[in-house]
Amino acid sequence: MLTLRQTRIPFWFAVGVAVVAWLVAWFAAAPLAVWFAFDLLGLQPGTHIGEAVAFFVYDVPKVLLLLLGIVTVVTLIRGFFPPEKVRGALAGRGELAGTVGAASLGIVTPFCSCSAVPLFIGFVEAGVPLGVTFAFLISSPMVNEVALVLLWGLFGPGIALVYMASGLTVAIVGGLVIGRLHMERYVEDYVWALQGTGGASIDMKLTPEDRVRDAWSYTKDLVRRILPYILVGIGIGAFIHGFVPTELVVAIGGPGNPLAVPFVVLLAIPLYSNAAGTIPIVQALLGKGMAVGTTLAFMMAMTAISLPEFIILKKVIKTPLIAAFATIVTIGILMIGYLFNFLIP
Amino acid sequence: MKTIEVLGPGCNNCKRLEANAREAVAMAGVEAEVVKVTDFAQIMTYGIMSTPGLVIDGKVVSYGRVPSAGDIATWLAEPATA
Repeated sequence: MLTLRQTRIPFWFAVGVAVVAWLVAWFAAAPLAVWFAFDLLGLQPGTHIGEAVAFFVYDVPKVLLLLLGIVTVVTLIRGFFPPEKVRGALAGRGELAGTVGAASLGIVTPFCSCSAVPLFIGFVEAGVPLGVTFAFLISSPMVNEVALVLLWGLFGPGIALVYMASGLTVAIVGGLVIGRLHMERYVEDYVWALQGTGGASIDMKLTPEDRVRDAWSYTKDLVRRILPYILVGIGIGAFIHGFVPTELVVAIGGPGNPLAVPFVVLLAIPLYSNAAGTIPIVQALLGKGMAVGTTLAFMMAMTAISLPEFIILKKVIKTPLIAAFATIVTIGILMIGYLFNFLIP
Repeated sequence: MKTIEVLGPGCNNCKRLEANAREAVAMAGVEAEVVKVTDFAQIMTYGIMSTPGLVIDGKVVSYGRVPSAGDIATWLAEPATA
């Protein structure tokens, strides 16, 4: 594709340099953090302030690098799975295959709460059943790359994979339940009337270079927006890591408190837009003895229960269906929380 | 006089696309008007599902991505084909 942009250095050379720079920074982050906190600043390992500073100067570059690297790669991959193609793959399937497929595709398909409505209408138009559509609407925001990257980087692959599996389970079961409730009459009438207008998705003929540029510009913009929240979050996390006594966290968020799971789910609702900044705080709390199930429930509620999304969905579905959607997701998250608190006490 | 429509409810990517479109108009030096389309029923008539969408003279040129001002300027410079 022709562009008016003047490229001074060859594009793929710049990409290569960026990849090498990323790898060097990745392997240098940990030794540099130790050197900075304990040699340059002269802090003592094991002291409150020393541990807090080391935590901060290690986590910030690590999270930043992970976001820049992985979000770019994920954005690049999911460029090949636009919802316009996905709905075609989902329309003709049976109930179970369609629901499982929709939940899985939710991982790779881009989603933001403002595209929920066109997505919903587009799915319904193409004849995708309501339950399958909701499996997608649950999974897509919950199992998203930013949450997975932060979980992987800060908690390790175990928790990230458990989170992904739990999110998919809630989406599949939620989709199947909504499908069985036969709530089609709670979809706004004009949505059914729109049927047949769409489907004329054009082929944009993107070159590999276009795709890499798109992914990088999306990632830069995203990181710029969420970085302040992440810095504050890691700062609070570092403070908890260095100063908050373990006994306090165990008493409130530990496995001994049966009300911890519903409490964190409620707490998570207003934090929706700040998931990126809250994850580092949650990591510090987990390190101080918060139960695994409680942690998972908190994370899932933060990404999946979004009041702005429910309000915007009001444009296409009526209150009883939104209420059913919110209730089913909340129950699913509570069950995951209690299950993991039971399995990993 | 060309008409550029930015399809999207007003989220972050829609705002970036609108900014790029305005920059492209200046870059290409053509006379064009940038219109925002925020009504969902109207957006859906273009047959797209992923916002933001970009429409030049009634023809969808991109959706679900934010093309650069340079790309949009190239499309503006092309003679109308639709």
